[in-house]
Amino acid sequence: MLRQTTYLTKRYGVPEGWTLPVYERDGGYQQAKRALSMPREALVEEMKAANIRGRGGAGFPMGVKWSFMPWPPKPEKPHYLVINADEGEPGTFKDRTIMELDPHAVVEGCIIGCFGIGAHAAYIYVRDELHLSKARLWGAIKEAREKGYLGAKPFGIDYPVEVYVHTGAGAYICGEETSLLNSLEGKRGEPRLKPPFPAQAGAFGMPTTVNNLETIAAVPVALAMGGDAFSKLSDLHDQKDGGCRLYGVSGHVNKPGVFEACVGLTLRELIYDLGGGVKGGELLGVIPGGSSCPILRPDETVNAPDPKSPLHRWHGKNVLDVPMGVETYRALGTMLGTCCAIVLNKNTDIVLAMHNLMRFYRHESCGQCTPCREGSAWLFRILDRMVHGEATMEELDRLHEIADNIMGNTICAFGEGTAMPALGFLRKYRKEFEEHVRTKGKSGTGRLAL
Amino acid sequence: MTKFALSPDREKHVEEILSRYPNRQAACIPVLHLCQEQNGWISDEVVEWVAARLGLSAAHVKGVVTFYTLFNKEPVGKHQVWVCRTLSCALRGADDILHHCEKRLGIHVGQTTKDGKVTLRTAECLASCGTAPMIQVDKDYYENLTTAEVDRILDRLIK
Repeated sequence: MLRQTTYLTKRYGVPEGWTLPVYERDGGYQQAKRALSMPREALVEEMKAANIRGRGGAGFPMGVKWSFMPWPPKPEKPHYLVINADEGEPGTFKDRTIMELDPHAVVEGCIIGCFGIGAHAAYIYVRDELHLSKARLWGAIKEAREKGYLGAKPFGIDYPVEVYVHTGAGAYICGEETSLLNSLEGKRGEPRLKPPFPAQAGAFGMPTTVNNLETIAAVPVALAMGGDAFSKLSDLHDQKDGGCRLYGVSGHVNKPGVFEACVGLTLRELIYDLGGGVKGGELLGVIPGGSSCPILRPDETVNAPDPKSPLHRWHGKNVLDVPMGVETYRALGTMLGTCCAIVLNKNTDIVLAMHNLMRFYRHESCGQCTPCREGSAWLFRILDRMVHGEATMEELDRLHEIADNIMGNTICAFGEGTAMPALGFLRKYRKEFEEHVRTKGKSGTGRLAL
Repeated sequence: MTKFALSPDREKHVEEILSRYPNRQAACIPVLHLCQEQNGWISDEVVEWVAARLGLSAAHVKGVVTFYTLFNKEPVGKHQVWVCRTLSCALRGADDILHHCEKRLGIHVGQTTKDGKVTLRTAECLASCGTAPMIQVDKDYYENLTTAEVDRILDRLIK
């Protein structure tokens, strides 16, 4: 159900909304101060009750992640908090708005997060291209430090906290948490094998929690409201998917942008109520949460006769009317991802759309695992032949085979992130792909733009 | 070959960067950015300088440089124009923007204008999908573009 909120976006559009005086006027840093005087366990319990599912795409409960940290911290093994702001998933542009327009929420979240996991240093890993975001974050850190909210004794409390911004250098894979940690350590951003998980051996080999930037920015709000009350904002509170979050919509809509709403918004509401409807005609498909989430067709209906299914309440309904939640979307065979949807209208050449994304994955595969490095390149090569009217039916079938061979055979989830959307396109638009091959490309519009 | 060294201001910045991390290796990417800011690209001399400054092997630094898209492995133009071409931008006309840039600058993607002023490149998703199509010029984003606006931006760079 559509319920727009302004907990996270209150200062968006406010003059100088990114500065400390404005943040403090809205009660900023009160929660960090309060958190540092709370028992650590009570803080983590409060965060567990908030049911903040990781906003970076995996949807892992944040409070539970915090509780995985070894306790108590050993002096020879300092803990680290690492914030993932390597926003680069095609279609995703929400974290950038927080960094640019409300950086103090991030810094305050980092102070609370550090205390919650027993760390004294937080690194915010921002992709290098986001120069304004980095400047705003550094500005916020400087202001907070000058006020004595960071440093040796934040708010006069004996719990040192430092926050730093670290930059990447243009690699999508660094949004994968172990790759990000390697990059933070000054290495090539190649993913690590898990286990060990970051909570055991993360940044610099020390216990580390990696949280998405929007996740950590929601922490002060959740703490102010109380974990349970925050969770209950959501329609999916009973599925442990709580609070409010940022939604984005781009592509063929009349009003692309970032919107804040309670968890449980439907795609139809995102596209038509917030995004102003489909631009230039009917809907062909929607990629719900960043390009790694398999595409949904507007004529799909939910098939969940089993009362135990998280989708049962929506059995027989259109997929666009299912609340966007971690569990509901997993059950739909796609992913919630980052909640930033890409909308394609009927005039879109679906083969070109897949070609565009497979070019992206070929470019961004780090090359460490053979199935992904070779597979992503082959997917693109065959699609490129298809776009030029040169591919055969046999090659169309081979695309399935290549994608299947990537799945489950790589160190990190990038492999699935390439193969799953590829299979989504192929399965859901099989007729269009066959027609494209048969007509040597003449059946498509040959256009992505209107 | 001239030996590379960072300017005194930037050298001071290196010290500040090193203070952020528990080891020197972690400063590798930020220091490479500083070097590129000064030198325009990462030559082998830069690689050796960074390796010596941070106590790393040149092979390690070279490995890092070749991994990341934003480190220039060869000299580039004074300005970098990046056209985002990934799906959200493509759905809103990125291809037209790219062709327009090529025509206006008289070069293809990956090339630099003869006067060395502009290098034209394509970028993968720059997290500006809601304001597509967009280009990045050096450190600045230009969003919700039309070809007329692209002309104004490029004219400022090449005049």
